[in-house]
Amino acid sequence: MTFGRGLRALSIASVVLLTGAFALVFFYAPNDADQGFIQKIFYVHVPLAIVALCGFVAGGVYGIKYLRSGDRADDLRSYVAIHISLILAVGVLITGSIWARAAWGHWWVWDEPTLVSFLIVFLLYACYQPLRFSIEDPERQARYASVFAIVAGAFVPLNFMAVRMAESLTHPRVLSTTGGAMPGDMRLTFLVALAGMACLYVTLWKYELASKSASIQLRSLKRRLAGDDGLAPLARSAAPQQL
Amino acid sequence: MPALPLDDAGPYVAAAYLVFLALILIYVSIMATKLGRVEREIGELSELVERREREREEERV
Repeated sequence: MTFGRGLRALSIASVVLLTGAFALVFFYAPNDADQGFIQKIFYVHVPLAIVALCGFVAGGVYGIKYLRSGDRADDLRSYVAIHISLILAVGVLITGSIWARAAWGHWWVWDEPTLVSFLIVFLLYACYQPLRFSIEDPERQARYASVFAIVAGAFVPLNFMAVRMAESLTHPRVLSTTGGAMPGDMRLTFLVALAGMACLYVTLWKYELASKSASIQLRSLKRRLAGDDGLAPLARSAAPQQL
Repeated sequence: MPALPLDDAGPYVAAAYLVFLALILIYVSIMATKLGRVEREIGELSELVERREREREEERV
């Protein structure tokens, strides 16, 4: 199984799109009339958040595929999707806090549903790796992790809708059914940044899948060559160890 | 809250973009370390294969 196919094209597309997006942010998109220059954070913070949440949902979708097919590769895909999303979610929380400090004068606002709900989603997924690590049997580990990924993945859109229905407090609403209040040049910049971030996510996902798959295959080859006696038993790991 | 002037807003914007860049760099460096480990294991594996071939050769002689 080759996970690294198309990785070079994806890497180039990510670099081009993100460089283009950041050039548009600083040389094309106008300063926001209300927030001024600080609004430029939006072009990295919001695409990060959207892509991270979509990645969590993708982890759930691969969880379903694993439970249906029993194919270990789907468990690996689910694991890596959630892993990359968690890293991006750290970026969302930090960039959001930086923006909040500049715009609201506080690093964090506890009575703002958007912030707290994202933190809840992040903390929920922070339990995913310890859950995997706590289960030694690879079969059970993959099964339980898939169930977790599906339930948590279903929680993400539900949580998103609940927050949208809640009385909005201070967090800006940029994307809405009426199209938000973004002028054309800001919208274009945002869409390029979103495409770049999505491309980066897929690139990192495939990169890590290829790396993990190579390690797993290498270990299996080593075991076949040296025999089980020649090697130490597999150490417990949160990551899938078999394909 | 009124918009921050450019001088005050600049460091916040720079910090946000640097956080993003730092996350990607840290991730790539961790992956590079893992790649180094894979490379080392491949080296061990080829050594093992060579040793086996040598042993087989000696047995034949």
